[in-house]
Amino acid sequence: MTKMENIAIADQVDQSSHPSSFLSKYIWSQDHKVIAIQYSITAIAVGLVALVLSGMMRLQLGFPNEFSFIDPSSYLQFVTMHGMIMVIYLLTALLLGGFGNYLIPLMIGARDMVFPYLNMLSYWTYLLSVMVLLSSFFVSGGPTGAGWTLYPPQAILSGTPGAHAGILLMLISLAIFIVAFTMGGLNYVSTILQARAKGMTLMRMPLTIWGIFVATILGLLAFPALLVSAIMMIFDKVVGTSFFMPAILSLGETLDHSGGSPILFQHLFWFFGHPEVYIVALPAFGMVSDVIAVHARKNIFGYRMMVWAIVAIGGLSFVVWAHHMYVSGMNPYFGFFFATTTLIIAIPTALKVYNWLLTLWRGNIHLTLPMLFAIGFIFTFTHGGLTGLMLGNVVIDLPLSDTFFVVAHFHMVMGVSPIMVLFAAIYHWFPLLTGRLLNTKLGKFHFWGTFLGTYAIYLPMHYLGFLGVPRRYFAMGTTDFIPESAQTLNAGITVSAIIVGLVQLVFIVNVIWSTFKGKKSGRNPWQATSLEWQTVQFPPGHGNWGKQLPQVYRWAYDYSVPKVKDDFIPQNLSPEEVQYLTSDKNNNQGVK
Amino acid sequence: MPNNQHQEHTEADKSSSWQSVKNDWGADKQAFDMPWGKLMMWIFLLSDTFIFSIFLISYMNVRMSVTVPWPNPSEVFALTIAGHHIPLVLIAIMTFILITSSGTMAMAVNYAYQGNKKKTVYLMVTTALLGASFIGMQAFEWTKLIVEEGIRPWDNPMGANQFGAAFFMITGFHGLHVSAGVIYLALIAKRVNQGKYDNKGYQIVEITGLYWHFVDLVWVFIFAFFYLW
Repeated sequence: MTKMENIAIADQVDQSSHPSSFLSKYIWSQDHKVIAIQYSITAIAVGLVALVLSGMMRLQLGFPNEFSFIDPSSYLQFVTMHGMIMVIYLLTALLLGGFGNYLIPLMIGARDMVFPYLNMLSYWTYLLSVMVLLSSFFVSGGPTGAGWTLYPPQAILSGTPGAHAGILLMLISLAIFIVAFTMGGLNYVSTILQARAKGMTLMRMPLTIWGIFVATILGLLAFPALLVSAIMMIFDKVVGTSFFMPAILSLGETLDHSGGSPILFQHLFWFFGHPEVYIVALPAFGMVSDVIAVHARKNIFGYRMMVWAIVAIGGLSFVVWAHHMYVSGMNPYFGFFFATTTLIIAIPTALKVYNWLLTLWRGNIHLTLPMLFAIGFIFTFTHGGLTGLMLGNVVIDLPLSDTFFVVAHFHMVMGVSPIMVLFAAIYHWFPLLTGRLLNTKLGKFHFWGTFLGTYAIYLPMHYLGFLGVPRRYFAMGTTDFIPESAQTLNAGITVSAIIVGLVQLVFIVNVIWSTFKGKKSGRNPWQATSLEWQTVQFPPGHGNWGKQLPQVYRWAYDYSVPKVKDDFIPQNLSPEEVQYLTSDKNNNQGVK
Repeated sequence: MPNNQHQEHTEADKSSSWQSVKNDWGADKQAFDMPWGKLMMWIFLLSDTFIFSIFLISYMNVRMSVTVPWPNPSEVFALTIAGHHIPLVLIAIMTFILITSSGTMAMAVNYAYQGNKKKTVYLMVTTALLGASFIGMQAFEWTKLIVEEGIRPWDNPMGANQFGAAFFMITGFHGLHVSAGVIYLALIAKRVNQGKYDNKGYQIVEITGLYWHFVDLVWVFIFAFFYLW
């Protein structure tokens, strides 16, 4: 009697109580939609800080010695904080904390996450980590300038900017972030596995959910490496242990450390760092697949293969980390192994690109704002992926390592590409949040400014890399091997970067203006099939579905089905409710 | 495409284990026939496994890269009792206690499902007390190493400095897990006693047990790598 029969969440009676006060509705909210918006606003706010930092870096690179407020120390601090904020506190938080939170319950037909209280804690812990991180701007010595990879021994030795308070705050903030991510991540995975609606099998889930699902699992398995290395580095710094610290002679003085292994940190960092690339990329892959299918009015090409490609990329991402370390002096056979696995990843990734193109092929393409950004993503991602193939080979990587070519490569592939998808996703799902569309004219301006501006910034950087211009240098001075024209190019890049930065303000204005004054979208403005657009109340209210949970009858990609009246069939429309063009139902075997 | 994938499965389907794996993953609503809390605990433990694995791998790496000899565990962890020098005696008792506590925890889960609240609470409290005594002995061991042997995270008169660093960090991290487990056990035992799970069922005792067994299992590895290597 006490061993209760386990009842699936989809079959349980709705017992959720709806919050009534302003505080419990909008501040200490346990509603996944409110938490998602809190996550998104925080992430975008801190991302704007990182955007400004990148502008400062570019000012120095483009016009060296023109700006007295940028000295070599602050330049390194801008580089470090820009990288860390963008990768962890913006992209990871916005894609998983923001979009993951918002879309998972709505797209799989659940009322909320399985553990809403933990979900709320996740956001507030994330906010704490952001505040700890930003507080490092105000301590003596400023934030750390060790580069976003925080390599010891230099990260915690004097001589590096922020080597005392700054690095500690960074490490503590990362540890707090990992706690926050774990609380959220446990929720996302458990919800996707256990709280799906009736009829929603795993292989009927939209690819967005697949991307978020696999990315979250990657996070839960990869962040431990960062946590452990952060703890060990905190000990090295505070207690004086020597995990990562070899014997060092600094300015004629022998330091107290000896016997540690700096390479160990690099392995741990990249065991986290490489899956992190896919923690950012996989949700983006998923979302862009859905945006492309909806706006091309075609089923996604090769759904099953798209799912397995996501899973394969996720698995492979754990065995490629040392391709970030070709120049660390490791055994050449290791380099051979990691180059091989790295190139193997190109197979499922290329498969996905082909499938996006084949989805567009002969589709009824609507060049809406989300679609523009999605197509832009295919360009930037292919571009960054191809340079990734080059850098994956040891022999090509060695001369290009630590040049602007690498900067150009990873900004194209994991900076610009996920951000293009984020914009596509925001333009796509904005009506779901507000019931209003974003302004098209401003949006097109935003798209072309961002897309063309991106190429204006990063294409020349590839060339600078081939010339051998090193990255992370405050100023080049005069060298024999770099022509003076490189400086002209750098100035041009800086001007483009500032323009692209300003174009983002147009986007922010658009979001604020459209939230209150935008054109009313009506229900399901893109005529999408997936569940989030099929809620009773629009935009969806607390509990998402009212009294009755939806029932799912098909996958999420029934667009332009022949002989059906509308060109799409929502996932929750029963076969009896589907309206046909002709009365002869016998000819419609394919659309049951 | 996957239009008619969802089917009701008959009992016969469940006969082969592969078939039941396939049924679980192909099903709608939920992938595993268990409450979400239990699944969430499993996933958390998987993530925690990675944390401990990386700690231990880092320890092995550091131990191989040091230039000074590693201290001999039989000497470091020996106690002199009544004039006899006995290696590893304290740690043998600690390990025995922790493994015994796994036994009492398993019995608590059993009684919980039988509906025997009194015995469940009694056994959970026993488990927590065993855990607390483990932490007490660990505190004693740390005190001995620090005060008598002079071992510090940054210094070690008996050999490589990294010994103290890795030992205190990893056993300390595990000790925190045990401490959290003791609090968790006490809290759940109290709520079981108050009858808070009479309607919901006693899965929570099993979930608590999963965590406790995990902490014990991790200890076995730490024991092997620090005391026997």
